[in-house]
Amino acid sequence: MTATKSPQRVDGAAARPAAGRSRRQRLRGLLALLLLLFVSLLISLCVGSQPSSVSEAWHAIFTPSGTVMDVTIQELRWPRTILVVVVGLCLGLAGTLVQGHTRNPIADPGLLGVYQGAALAIVAVTAIAGEVAPLAQALLAFAGALAAVVLVFLIGSAARYGATPITLVLAGAAVTALCSGLVAGIVLLNDQALDTLRFWQVGSLAVRNDALEVIWPFVVAGLLLTLANIAPLNALALGEDTATSLGVSVLRARSVGIAAITLLAGCAVTLAGPIAFAGLVVPHLARALMGPDYRWLVPAAALAGATVLLLADTAGRVIARPGELSVGVVLAVIGAPFFVYLARRRKLVAV
Amino acid sequence: MSVVTTDSAQLAPAQLRAENLTLGYDGPDIIRDLSLDVPSGQVTTIIGPNGCGKSTLLRALGRLITPRSGQVTLDGVALPQLSSQHIATCLSILPQTPTAPSGLTVADLVSRGRHPRQKWYQQFSAGDQAAVEAALVETDLADLADTPLEDLSGGQRQRAWISMTLAQDSGILLLDEPTTYLDLAHQVDVLELVRRLNRRNGRTVVMVLHDISLAARYSDNMVVMKDGGIVASGAPQEVVTARLLQEVFGLNAHIVTEPTAGRPHVIPLGTSSSTA
Repeated sequence: MTATKSPQRVDGAAARPAAGRSRRQRLRGLLALLLLLFVSLLISLCVGSQPSSVSEAWHAIFTPSGTVMDVTIQELRWPRTILVVVVGLCLGLAGTLVQGHTRNPIADPGLLGVYQGAALAIVAVTAIAGEVAPLAQALLAFAGALAAVVLVFLIGSAARYGATPITLVLAGAAVTALCSGLVAGIVLLNDQALDTLRFWQVGSLAVRNDALEVIWPFVVAGLLLTLANIAPLNALALGEDTATSLGVSVLRARSVGIAAITLLAGCAVTLAGPIAFAGLVVPHLARALMGPDYRWLVPAAALAGATVLLLADTAGRVIARPGELSVGVVLAVIGAPFFVYLARRRKLVAV
Repeated sequence: MSVVTTDSAQLAPAQLRAENLTLGYDGPDIIRDLSLDVPSGQVTTIIGPNGCGKSTLLRALGRLITPRSGQVTLDGVALPQLSSQHIATCLSILPQTPTAPSGLTVADLVSRGRHPRQKWYQQFSAGDQAAVEAALVETDLADLADTPLEDLSGGQRQRAWISMTLAQDSGILLLDEPTTYLDLAHQVDVLELVRRLNRRNGRTVVMVLHDISLAARYSDNMVVMKDGGIVASGAPQEVVTARLLQEVFGLNAHIVTEPTAGRPHVIPLGTSSSTA
């Protein structure tokens, strides 16, 4: 009975993907996202072990006078909120780019080996040199992430026709497997490395505030490369042959895209550890709102990424009081069922 | 700045020429030492048995594959010496089975044809908009502009893709089996459109087709290929003969003259293997 029912659902008008959106509709969607982001920002600033009102938050940011609440918001919540916004933006964009370039709706930035590369760098150095300070750890993660993607790209390009989405995904899987094998091996032999890994893996945003000061130029570079990649991505979405026919250099467009993904995902993993699901789900949210045009998708994914991560982070701080649940855990718990819902609601999208 | 093709504006297509092309993918050469002058402002159709290198030749003409030796020239300049973006303003190629993301509307698709005419810092200009609308009107898709591609019929979808190449505003149109998977009525629909585009604006069209009768009906010029070389070319009346079909396809056939346009029409009788 269910077997006969489900195809009808898929074909029904309700299952039609977001389509034919007018400019006005999309502008409205973007405005709604902006508003949501603003609200999430306020919530993130006001919620904590000592909740504050909106006016207190305002006071703390624009006219601080040194009250306890001012200090709490200025020194703790504001930097953390900014950090979450940056990480969310990076993950949303990296996810959108990686799905666009691989034309794979279940791709996530981790596909290129970013997370396991970062983990391996941290674990290996901890095993060799002992405990690593948080900032050094973040930079190690960044270096590891970059190294992994460069390796993936080199392996993927060694194929006869250069780096195609398929060779990249395969190379990514290989490098990921290799790195996670090494990580598992090191961690088995070294308790301190295990502790470091466990702490890093759950994706905590609490301790890495100072990494942003070092790493922000890379975030900016990733954003600029993303902007440069919008028009070529729109052409590439029609297939490589059509993109070439439209005058796009496929190799250059792919290289710029992969550089952007690497920088953005690398920055995200550096600032917050491996956060599963954000990079996967946010592009789907953005597509549901905006349709397939990257000129709209990219800003929408940036806004949606920041909003989703802010809400998850705030929820994590509220749920497990007086401690906190890391944003990675919250996202996985909320994200998984949501993703199932998305997958069931709409017919499978081709990116 | 950008030139908008209105209904009757004549294009001046560049001269497309293949010189001593040798082409291949992984294994042995598929095409060896092939030269071809594409007649400007005419509809040329490449026919030949499966695997003879028709599509490979078309892809090389559209710079989708790099020749092992020889070159393709546009107005005498070899393609590698031109920027890809410049080539895209002279020549557009529609691959055999193009893909599009879910939810892409006809208008979205067609406006992507403007890519080579735009700079990254530019907004979509009024000229771009006009070109897109003209392309939609030319392909009878104005009413379906906001419909997602996946909701169109096969024939409409093919028209939408052709419309995208029109928005590109190039003088040369290369079509790789534009009638694949279409029923006869839709095949005729697409071929009528192709001929109209040629007649109205003087576009050069090169396409690969399988149906010899349809090819003869809609082409000014036919190129017959076998085993990676050209065995005959010229007007359909001269090219399509019983002897050639026997030689190239191993097909026994009667050739009759169809009554409307006096073009040759193939009535297949059997293959060499079945009558031997």
